[in-house]
Parts: sequence; C-alpha cells; structure tokens
Amino acid sequence: MKNSLIVKNLSISVPSAKGRVAVVDNVSFEIPAGKKIGMVGESGSGKSLTAYALMRLIKDPVSIDGGEIFLDGREILGLSSKEFRLLRGNEISMIYQDPMSALNPIMRVGQQIIESIQLHSPVSKSVARKTAIDLLASVGIPEPESRIDSYPFEMSGGMLQRIVIAIALSGEPKVLIADEATTALDVTTQDRVLTLIDKLAAERGLSVLLITHDLGVAAQFSDDIMVMYAGKLVENGSVDQIFSNPAHPYTKALLDSRCDYTIDVNKPIRSIAGQPPRPDNRPSGCVFSPRCAHAEPRCSASVPPLTSSQGRLTACFRADELFQVGAVN
Amino acid sequence: MSTELKVIASASGISRIFRGGSNEVRALDDVSFSLYEGKTLALVGESGSGKTTAARILLGLDTPSAGSVEILGQTLGTLKHEEMRLLRRQIQVVQQDPFSQLNRRHSVQRIIEGPLLAFNVGDKESRKKKVIELLEAVGLEKEHLRRRPHELSGGQCQRVAIARALALDPKIVVLDEAVSALDVSVRAQVLNLLRKLQQERGLTYFFITHDLGVAHYVADEIAVMFRGRIVERGTREDVFENSKHHYTIGLLASVPLANPQAVKSNNEQVQTLPSPAEGDACLYRTRCAVGMDRLDCKSTTLTLTKGTATHSWLCHSPQGS
Repeated sequence: MKNSLIVKNLSISVPSAKGRVAVVDNVSFEIPAGKKIGMVGESGSGKSLTAYALMRLIKDPVSIDGGEIFLDGREILGLSSKEFRLLRGNEISMIYQDPMSALNPIMRVGQQIIESIQLHSPVSKSVARKTAIDLLASVGIPEPESRIDSYPFEMSGGMLQRIVIAIALSGEPKVLIADEATTALDVTTQDRVLTLIDKLAAERGLSVLLITHDLGVAAQFSDDIMVMYAGKLVENGSVDQIFSNPAHPYTKALLDSRCDYTIDVNKPIRSIAGQPPRPDNRPSGCVFSPRCAHAEPRCSASVPPLTSSQGRLTACFRADELFQVGAVN
Repeated sequence: MSTELKVIASASGISRIFRGGSNEVRALDDVSFSLYEGKTLALVGESGSGKTTAARILLGLDTPSAGSVEILGQTLGTLKHEEMRLLRRQIQVVQQDPFSQLNRRHSVQRIIEGPLLAFNVGDKESRKKKVIELLEAVGLEKEHLRRRPHELSGGQCQRVAIARALALDPKIVVLDEAVSALDVSVRAQVLNLLRKLQQERGLTYFFITHDLGVAHYVADEIAVMFRGRIVERGTREDVFENSKHHYTIGLLASVPLANPQAVKSNNEQVQTLPSPAEGDACLYRTRCAVGMDRLDCKSTTLTLTKGTATHSWLCHSPQGS
C-alpha cells in the first residue's frame, strides 16, 4: 500500500537542568494514504511535538535529534526551510486547538482564506474569493457569500474552527494534522466538526492524524490508534484492537480510568497511581514500569522495543503473556 | 429527592440579566434548585448556558436580577458584611484551572493556611497541624509543604485547591469544572478523592461541568441547562436512561464513547443556527427536530412538567409523549 507519511525513529529533546532530555523518544509510524489515525496520550506524552515536527515547526530550544520523516517518499527534515515552505499547506497542513488564536482577530475571515489560497497558487483575487466561498460552503458555513466578510469575533467557536479547516484545506493537502482540534468546542459542536473532518477526508482522500487526549473522540473517528506515553509510542493497532483488546498495560489502565456515562458509578474509577514522569526524570527501562501493576525486574532494567504482538505493535515485555491470561483485556 | 433529606441551600426563581448597550443577555432565566446535605447536584450544559453565573450567585460573587438565594437559613443580599463573611466559611470553591487559582508566590503551606489566617483560626502551631492533616486528606505529603505551584503537576495543584477549600470545614463546596483541565488518569484520581472526602466529611457538592460522564459519576441529581434555563432535571437514571428533553437526548448522542462498536445514534444531532430563538417560549425549538414545526413550541410559554417526584422537564413534546 502507498504510504503518504512515514516517520522513522523520530527523537525530539528539550534543554533542562540535567542537560538535554528526550520528550519524543525514537518514535516510528506510518500513515497510509486515506487512513485516519488517532494519536492518544496524556499531556506531556509528546503528541503535539510529534505533530510540530511533521510541520517542521520545531524551534530552538526544542530540537529534533534524529529520525526521518517521509512525505510521499520525500524526506522532509533534510529540506531547507524554503524548500519545505512549498510543501507546508500544499502537501501537509494542520488545524490547531484554539481557533480564536489561530486567526487574525482584526482581519475578515474571507481575507485570511484568500491570503492562504493566493500563497499556494497564483490566482487573481476574484478567483481566490470564489474558491474561498466554495471552501466555506464545503465546511458547512451557512450563507458563505455573506459570512466571508465577517470578522472572527462575529462567529462562534464551531464556526471559527470551520474557517481554520477551510484555510488548512486551501492548499489541497494530502495529509491533515488535527491537534486537539475539537477540544475547545462544546460536545455538540465537536460532534459536527468531527463529522465534517470525516466527510472531507473521505471526499478528498486525505490522510488524517488526529491528536487527542479524549479516548472517545479517538475511538469514534479513527481507523488505527497510536498510544503515546512519556515520549514513547507504546501501542499501535486498529481501533478495535486498542479499545476492545488492548495489549499494553498502559493502554488498559488508560481505558479503565476514563469517566464516561457508561461506567459503573458504584465503584471507584480504576485510576493509575502516581503521575506521568517529567521529561528530566524518566525512569530507566520501560517508562511505564513504576506505575504498572504487572512490572517485573526486567521492566526497569531495559527498554522494551515496539514489537509485533497479538497482531499489533506493543512495547511491553509481557504483552503476550498478559494478553493470554486476560490481564490487560 | 426524597423528603427526609435536608435542604442546605436553595435558589428560587433566580434570573441574571447582563445589559450592554441595546443588548440584553439572560444568563439565567428563572432558575430554581436546591442543594441537599451530603449530596451532589451537577449542573451540566454547554458554554454560555449559565452554569458559572449560577455558581457565582451561589457564592455571593454576583447578585441575581430577580429571585433569591438561601444558604443555611440565611438569605443572600440581606446580610451585613460581617454576616456574609462568616457565611463564606461554609461555602467554598474549587475552580477549573489548577495553576491560576493558586498564588504562585505562595508555598503550598501558605496557600492552604490562607483561609485559616483570613478567619484568625487557631495559632501557628495548630494551623500547621491542620494544614498537614488537610494535605494528607487530599493525598499529598509533608514534603509538598514548601513547594510552590510551579513545582507541582496539574493534578497536585488541584489537590492543593481542594485542601484549601476544605480548610474551614465548609458544609458546601462549589466545584466549577474542577476536573476539566486534568488528564484522564489524573482526573480519575481526583474524582475518587472528591467522592471519598464527601463520604468522610458529609460535604455537599455543587458540581458544574460540561462533561456528562463526570456528571453521571458524581451526581445524585443532575440539572441540564440550556441558554439560562434548566430544561431537565432528575436523578442519574432519570436524565441518562429516561431523558425527556430533546436537548438532553441530543447532548447524550453527541458524546463520543471510547467504544468503537457503540453505534452513534446522533440522528438527533443538535443543530446550530445563525439566529437563535428568543422570547419566553422554548429557546431550543429552532434546533429541535421535534419542536421546529410545532406551533406551541414557538408561541406558548413553557412551564415545568413534573413527571415523577424526582424528574421534571421544560418541554411541550417530551420524548415518549
């Protein structure tokens, strides 16, 4: 199958009192063309930095220490910023969490879309305006001919996120990254925006990387799921495998600690003891071992590699053994 | 709620109108609710539905345009400054943002001691003892005493805020989106802690949240707000398993569940419109699949329907009618 995005051994570090510490540690994955991949994990797990690396937005003092990213077979980390600028928006683009801060508050929304269209293709302003109106209609803005002249403050959060999506799509990218794109929205609005991204992805054959801390959003939206913990990719499998039959103890613990309206209210929620380790204080061996109910001496002695187990990729020494006795599923 | 429960605070017919130029926003429109001793009332709804305004009024931080609030037998707005100050000992708050609600220049000890100092409780020794006792109650340790907020994680800061709220042994704690900023695993810890503290201390919670899962877990009674009105209220079973108002149904259908097999039943997808409904009739009608074309939904003022002793709703054509 054609892969539109391949990430190999990506490592990102930040400076700390103890020297440079890894915040994304040797992460590899592929996003096949037309697939929707959900990346879940708690704050500090390295989700957003991975996305920023894909967009080449990592800036000093954060740095990419190693790895390669291939976009349609072309390595992008080695490109000059001038070369990459031709790809950003045209090949890969991103939607951010807060639509209000992604837009210029004193510029009409239409102008911001037109600006982006003209940046990607040499068309006249009137042609760009027409395209912008079409884009607004395709992202479900009612009365696009008049709404194009609105200012951001005249629109609701859900409408603004649609504008941001329209801008992201203006260069007709192949890969769309949505970094907590619906987190700031109300649940009913979130539902509609996710439905919209879903529809646009199907229509345009987009590959989507959906980054979210909300397990429900990931479960309803994605084909495949990647689970990040403390800078590591700990499990990568189909949405059914991850949610119905997790193999990594962290995935299992994360699912257990969710609080949606289907859980048993008469019992305490099975939370994970402790908290995720800070980047400058990561444990040796498996990063999850200090909080893991199934840890053995070998878990803190060496780092479990991401290997194939139970039909998906898991970074746990005991994955097969625990899976077979039903300890994690 | 059954009759043997003791009402500890109540709001009757409170409205809050914000005026700006020619605009008028009814943040709260004839809202009534009661808090029962040792129980949790959850107020759920989307942003702008009036949840936080209700909390601010209950805390005495804002004054209703109409209606009255009674806390522990005293009516807000009729109290002298000192009486109000003393009443505040009984009703404390935990806010959403773990960091901004704590003074970043104060140590954890000073933060938790704050309310004790404000009310001149005990001497230095006894206050320190109390702070350590609170710290342990919320699952932190002595070593955290000297830390400042920036040295703590979000979950730890939220525990400090809870400890501070409990310092004066209040009867009521207002939790305004108190777990919304926390990660899944930490949120679970804090929810378990809040439940444990409620059982141990007989606390009454007024829990404001946009997260229906959280409301489902914590609440004895749930009130669903839509544009300043409580449109449905009832027990967990009433609201989640026997929803009557179409907004509640749409809201529940919009929640994505962490189960890919869960059939998404969002045929009642909640609509938004550029011009929302106004007036005294149903404000949800323009987004409601059922009420959109009904004349009574458009023109007839709503009154609360009491379906059962615990369950009531504000709808002309409730589900199943």
